[in-house]
Amino acid sequence: MFRPRIIPVLLLKNLGLVKTIQFKNPRYIGDPINAVKLFNDMKADELVFLDIMAHAEGRPISADFVKAVGDEARMPFAAGGGISTISQIEQILKAGAERVVLNSAAAEKKGFVQEAAKAFGSSTIAVSIDVKKKFLGKQQVYIKGGKLATGLDPVSYAKQMESEGAGELFVTSIEMEGTMQGYDFELIKNISHAVTIPVIANGGAGNFDHFNKAVNECYASAVAAGSRFVYHGPRNAVLINYPNEQEIKSIFG
Amino acid sequence: MNNTGEKITIVDYGMGNIRSVQRKFLELGYQAESVDNYEAVMKAEKLVLPGVGHFANGVKNLKSRGLWDAVNEKVIDQKTPVLGICLGLQLMAKHSEEGDVEGFGWLDAEVVHFDVKDKLKFKVPHIGWNSAIASKTNAFTKDLNPENLYYFVHSYHLVCRIEAEILGVTNYEYDFHSIAGRDHIIGVQFHPEKSHEAANDLINKFALFKRV
Repeated sequence: MFRPRIIPVLLLKNLGLVKTIQFKNPRYIGDPINAVKLFNDMKADELVFLDIMAHAEGRPISADFVKAVGDEARMPFAAGGGISTISQIEQILKAGAERVVLNSAAAEKKGFVQEAAKAFGSSTIAVSIDVKKKFLGKQQVYIKGGKLATGLDPVSYAKQMESEGAGELFVTSIEMEGTMQGYDFELIKNISHAVTIPVIANGGAGNFDHFNKAVNECYASAVAAGSRFVYHGPRNAVLINYPNEQEIKSIFG
Repeated sequence: MNNTGEKITIVDYGMGNIRSVQRKFLELGYQAESVDNYEAVMKAEKLVLPGVGHFANGVKNLKSRGLWDAVNEKVIDQKTPVLGICLGLQLMAKHSEEGDVEGFGWLDAEVVHFDVKDKLKFKVPHIGWNSAIASKTNAFTKDLNPENLYYFVHSYHLVCRIEAEILGVTNYEYDFHSIAGRDHIIGVQFHPEKSHEAANDLINKFALFKRV
């Protein structure tokens, strides 16, 4: 029977693992390759690596780093951050990632997603959509690590990315990210109803009920989380964790 | 390291993740190399046909690299055991809707796009973990636990025309053929190399398979 994926999202800064709150204040968590080993042992469904400094530094996530992850990971993983050319995608896939995650370039470079999907197949191209409400305004798509408002409506943008050939959508609420207060469920639901490709809910998951709600009420095909899988307890002690088989069964019940 | 199996030759035709397939065999103690030319394929004792991407590109790449005839000769004339993974399974079919081109035709099967009715619940591509009910009599699949979950990522799937060639069935709104084969030919729609330990038994069976 098909089971929705539960995906730890691991953020990178200077090749160290960090965790943010609302895309800000990256806190150092530990060594990313060590995290991969732990997630191997816990049989995580899939991993997503995002280099949060890559775009600002005008480079893609390191292919050498992706290779190091690929040599360790026993599960599929996606990599993103600063990817803006076809040859960069090729290098990252060659290095061992199952999928690339495109963000700023998908919005800024006309036809980029289409070209990428044609070259590598839709299933290898995920588009990340970061969403925030502008002060006194409507929700819109943000790019460049949440720094630049595009004026684009998230649902229309999602449909556009689907028609260009994106294989799945990684939808993050900037306001909820790192808060552990729950996803932006309305956003997930609206996008999931508008497209026929998988939608991954991200940003704000704090407990298993949030996972359940995203899947069973909002039709997310997969749920992603950062804080939930790297923190433990009321003081947010760093502890890599992941639900076991029994827990996963009970989550989606 | 058990090293009792024959060497595994992975056909590199520029489609998808060869490294992780090779690593899986090495991890389980077998010799595995990836090759990209006619001569090397012709020397193979056991072939793995991996692959991710567009069916027509797969055919085109195999042909332009001179690998198509080599693989076909090995599998059909010399009866070299072959394991197809994802696109590698689909290439064993007679024809695919994806690009409207012909495959190897080792299996009497057609590759079609997912045709789901509930488009809200069953998104395509089918990405994620799913089980497969596998044949209890086939040499490769007989010990696979029906509870096992495997990693899938695909928009197209196989439709076998011969009952005997259906070796496993997976449900995604409807049942589709996720494992297929005959004799020395076996193909899986999922990724054994990315499914934690779920498909290790299948990998071992393939690596240790002896032709009769």
